Amino acid sequence: MRAVRGPFDEAPDRSFARFVPTLSVMAGSALTLWPLIASVQILPPFGLLMLLGWRLTRSESLRVWAPLPLGLFDDLVSGQPLGSAMLFWTLCFFMIDLIDQRVVYRTFWQDWLVAAGSIGFCLILGRLVATPIDAHVDTVLLLQIAISVLLFPLAARLCAMLAGDEEEA
Amino acid sequence: MAPPRTRRPGFSRRAQYSLFLGYVIAVAGSLVAAVLLALSTLDPPAFATLRASVGEVTTPVSSGVSGVGRWFGSIPGGIGDYLAVRDQNAALRKQLADQHALFMRARSLSYDNHRLLALLRVRERIAEPVVAARLVSSSASSTRRFAVLNAGSWQGVAQGQPVRGPEGLIGRVLETGPNSARVLLLTDPESVVPVRRTRDGMPALATGRGDGLLDVKSVAFATTDFGPGDVFVTSGIGGIYSPNVPVARIIRRGRDAAIGRSFAQPDTVDYALVQRAFLPPPPPTPTSSATPPASKPAP
Repeated sequence: MRAVRGPFDEAPDRSFARFVPTLSVMAGSALTLWPLIASVQILPPFGLLMLLGWRLTRSESLRVWAPLPLGLFDDLVSGQPLGSAMLFWTLCFFMIDLIDQRVVYRTFWQDWLVAAGSIGFCLILGRLVATPIDAHVDTVLLLQIAISVLLFPLAARLCAMLAGDEEEA
Repeated sequence: MAPPRTRRPGFSRRAQYSLFLGYVIAVAGSLVAAVLLALSTLDPPAFATLRASVGEVTTPVSSGVSGVGRWFGSIPGGIGDYLAVRDQNAALRKQLADQHALFMRARSLSYDNHRLLALLRVRERIAEPVVAARLVSSSASSTRRFAVLNAGSWQGVAQGQPVRGPEGLIGRVLETGPNSARVLLLTDPESVVPVRRTRDGMPALATGRGDGLLDVKSVAFATTDFGPGDVFVTSGIGGIYSPNVPVARIIRRGRDAAIGRSFAQPDTVDYALVQRAFLPPPPPTPTSSATPPASKPAP
């Protein structure tokens, strides 16, 4: 049970809450460290999902340059060529900024659509730069994109949960 | 969703500048990222040290989690064994009695075999392993097929060494750190292994497809038929993989190229064995001062 804060009590310490978005995205990227030797790419890009979750539900939680260091970490643990997630995640942020200007008041369904576009963009470009064009990975790639898109509401809910304390304070 | 407040930060110059600076950093950083991406595409081992140092931190994590997972996974089997132990005991006793005669015969055969081999002075070239370690994690979200091995250059693992499991070839070492190494699996689209058919020695190349299977392409001049069940082992050509390690079995009929499945399924593998490269690169030629003056100069 949380004690209700009175009007004259001092504000709770918020210094850790600033790092929660960053840490959750890094934890998402680090899920590839799970001891599992996959023969196809079955794991959705959880780092990207968390990043989009934060960007679309709490747009002020991450700076516009935040995808650069987060993408660097993701590249280092995911096995993709270095720089791919840095570049594509940042481009996603720019695109979402443009959409923010055009479609100002969005519903969750529209956010989901934006996230689906971003996930498809990142995964397809990531496949193109990482793997030769004649590799037989495309069927599984479509499956991976579908699973990731379906998992986005979960990521958004998780972000809202992690940010919940902030709202109450 | 409400419009974000960061779009128009108000009249504060400071807020406007910091927003602008954020975009400048993001654009400059994405240009840097594009350059990094081009570099790592043109020269894949360029950032190996960076990846290896991150791997040093993350490999113990994967290893620890997999240890805990194995412990939990062994509980149901343990309970089942405990309950079934009586029946199992009786069955095993019966089996032992049945196989005793077979065992005696095999023992005499093995003795004969030893004597005959000594008679023929067959010298077997035994590939001595460098280290046995576990594969602890893999690039499960990427289209490339890498795995991380829980041993590195401190244990003697070096770049280019083949990695095999109990059933067959797994891949080869791509990058090493002090305590971890990155292994290119057979099924990676950029992995190529020279193989030959066990039946007639027909040479071929086994290339990864990226979907867990292998493309086996003939390199012989004559047209060849691949039938389902053809077994391919490493041929030793190229000097990395020592010969006669099982690689793949053909699963579909084909001419000149066919689809195979690798024997070692690394998702079920427990320990992986790192072996020395079959023919390591020649050592650097010694300088003239280092050679002893034993050899006389030619007249």
